Amino acid sequence: MELHYASAPENASIARLASRYQMFVDGKFIDGQGPDLESTNPATGKPLAAVSSASAADVDTAVAAARRAYENVWSAMPGAERGKYLFRIARGIAERARELAVLETLDNGKPIRETRDFDVPTAAQHFFYYAGWADKVQHAGFGSRPGALGVAAQVIPWNFPLLMAAWKLAPALAAGNTVVIKPAETTPLSILVLAEIIADAGLPAGVVNILPGAGDIGAALIEHDGVDKVAFTGSTAVGKKIQHSLAGTHKKLTLELGGKGANIVFADAAQDQAVEGVVNGIFFNQGQVCCAGSRLLVQESIAEEFLDRLKTRAAALRVGDPLDKNTDVGAINSAAQLTKITELCAAGSNEGAGRWTSPAMLPEQGFFVAPTIFTDATASMRISREEIFGPVLAVSTFRTPDEAVAKANNTPYGLSAGVWTEKGSRAMGVAAGLKAGVVWDNTFNKFDPTAAFGGYGESGFGREGGPSGLAAYLNTDDEGVL
Amino acid sequence: MSKPAAAATTPAAKQPTPAAKQPTPAAKQPAPAAGPHVAPQPLPVQRSKPGLPPDVAAISASNSSLKAFLHALPAVDPVGLEARVAVLGTRSIKKDSKLQLIDLAISMVDLTTLEGADTEGKVRNLCRKALLPDPDYPDTPRTAAICVYPDMVRTAATTLAGSGIRVASVATAFPAGRSSLEVKLADIALALEAGADEIDMVIDRGAFLSGNYAKVFEEITAAKRACGQTVLKVILETGELGTYDGVRRASWLALLAGADFIKTSTGKVSPAATLPVTCLMLQAVRDWHDMTGQRRSVKAAGGIRTTKDAIKYLVMVNEVAGASWLDPNYFRFGASGVVNDLIMQRRTQKEGHYSGPGYVTVD
Repeated sequence: MELHYASAPENASIARLASRYQMFVDGKFIDGQGPDLESTNPATGKPLAAVSSASAADVDTAVAAARRAYENVWSAMPGAERGKYLFRIARGIAERARELAVLETLDNGKPIRETRDFDVPTAAQHFFYYAGWADKVQHAGFGSRPGALGVAAQVIPWNFPLLMAAWKLAPALAAGNTVVIKPAETTPLSILVLAEIIADAGLPAGVVNILPGAGDIGAALIEHDGVDKVAFTGSTAVGKKIQHSLAGTHKKLTLELGGKGANIVFADAAQDQAVEGVVNGIFFNQGQVCCAGSRLLVQESIAEEFLDRLKTRAAALRVGDPLDKNTDVGAINSAAQLTKITELCAAGSNEGAGRWTSPAMLPEQGFFVAPTIFTDATASMRISREEIFGPVLAVSTFRTPDEAVAKANNTPYGLSAGVWTEKGSRAMGVAAGLKAGVVWDNTFNKFDPTAAFGGYGESGFGREGGPSGLAAYLNTDDEGVL
Repeated sequence: MSKPAAAATTPAAKQPTPAAKQPTPAAKQPAPAAGPHVAPQPLPVQRSKPGLPPDVAAISASNSSLKAFLHALPAVDPVGLEARVAVLGTRSIKKDSKLQLIDLAISMVDLTTLEGADTEGKVRNLCRKALLPDPDYPDTPRTAAICVYPDMVRTAATTLAGSGIRVASVATAFPAGRSSLEVKLADIALALEAGADEIDMVIDRGAFLSGNYAKVFEEITAAKRACGQTVLKVILETGELGTYDGVRRASWLALLAGADFIKTSTGKVSPAATLPVTCLMLQAVRDWHDMTGQRRSVKAAGGIRTTKDAIKYLVMVNEVAGASWLDPNYFRFGASGVVNDLIMQRRTQKEGHYSGPGYVTVD
């Protein structure tokens, strides 16, 4: 029997979309002096809302407001009081979860199932988690009096707009810093609703300032003399520029950059679940995940059967309207990203990899890519080396555990990896050999506020999440580090 | 089947056509305003060469050869299995799809009464319920079968004669299965002589758990011989098997021994059917089909009480085994109460408002 799932779209009006959004500076929603940005719905390619953007002068204003708030209010406030504000923000996110989920799906293009079940609840969890640390910082293992740094400049990407805001804001505030944060140019909406939640929580003016803008505003913010700490999540190319520009300054820096994570499947893995893990590793959020399992290393003795299972499973992914509750794979965030993915896929075909593309039909409008798997992707091909940031998997085989580790580590990146085996000793042994900040064992893309996340090499440095995430926002230079 | 160049790495598929396994692309897509545009894409690749069909004679030659085969099956990771099932449980089935699945679910039910208190009157009433589930809506599908104890088979067969509704009977010292093979076969014979169309047997869980796979295998093959052309459902009683690995092994053991259906539970042990266990069994029949070309069936029995439950199962059938299993010959529910909830939800879909239990016949 043929079964058609009738479309089950979430109601877009739940997002309470405004026609125009303002910046949030010094506790007030104000117009910036930059040109208005236009945020687009990637599922349709049509404009969603105008967003006031910052100029260099607005950066001065915001940094000055953050400095005043730090000196006069936030640094003097007992940790328990800071924690109360963070708990309020966490509850505010939970209360407006549905609105935030729909808004995030409209602005980013990711499926409502993910924003509803992952992005928004995990963002709230980060605030809840770090709220608990606010009055315990001196017991976190950084010495008896670890100090806040001052004003933190934060620049976040478009792939998890609200969640990345939570990852950055919650530890910074818990540790006693004030913040000026710039969302990505293409996804500024959810953080501006978070600004409403922050305002409703009564957070003192200037503790959090939000400046929408393009890359030049990010650069102006990071290079501003008034900031003490820079935290950036984004591309390795921009991360390198930032590190260059910050050399010789007093600013403390953490970078969370790109990745080319390897998912290693051994012959003794639980195969059906390994297939699920590989699918989740590369097709979650359309593969636009820095820690995506974008390389599959499968043991040669099971490769053929495993790939057949994988393709059958990937063909069942439902690609389409991100607001439909039954959609598995939504829209790519921007036309520019779509072009980049398309270009790298063409390179994969030209360099001789075997290309398989899901038969899913794509909507006529909007930015969509069908799930794609390249087999026989050798180490020299661009699809094996470059971060594609799309639903594109590069597959190669290995024969022995040592070969698997060598191939997995054969990348300038080192953010994530996955190991699939039913043999515990092998999982532990392989994990110990992998140069990746996160190694998942028989799972992938699992996130928890209590767990540290970060990379090696060109994937950056510094950790987010857990007690280590606090260290990034504390003066720990002459103290023991956890 | 034409094969675009991009899929050239795939040897010709011998197994089900992609269209049979997946909803058509059009079905998967919430229709955009102007319709889909995309150029023809490579077809999904089927598992083309997963291994040879199992050599049942060699595998079942001894208990150690059976053990070697069953213990070499891929392991099951419980966390991953349950996560997959949880995601499938979030599918939102509305409108026409919901009505379609409600009707399908009713047509898949083995309407069951397995009580010590069963009487001919109770069984006759249940048969009438199967014949006319909702008197106000005579277009409501009939259930697939009635499931009773062997001594009630004749009553059921007489009441249902000529209706097309099948009479299933539990047998083999149901539910514990703690008796000799002779007694179990006599139980089957009793049901068959009384006119049963389907036999629901239980496996010897004690033998299975003690590693005596050969005994389980031989009992199933003996039951299958006794059944002849009559459909044999093999109850694994997954609630007593302890692990998902055990469920997978028991599923393959039953398939190797010739089970037409593998069935989760007797309904007398808790937990009875669960979504993860049924998912594993659907994977087993899917893999069996890919390997042999034979389409075997699954019955989830016990614990399915609401329309929402039933729809979750059917979504799983669709996405794990494939759309061709959405058929009463290939998937059944063993249940009693769920039918009335399905009828109430069916009325809600038709009338646009909820009615109450007073509008639905008890049996």
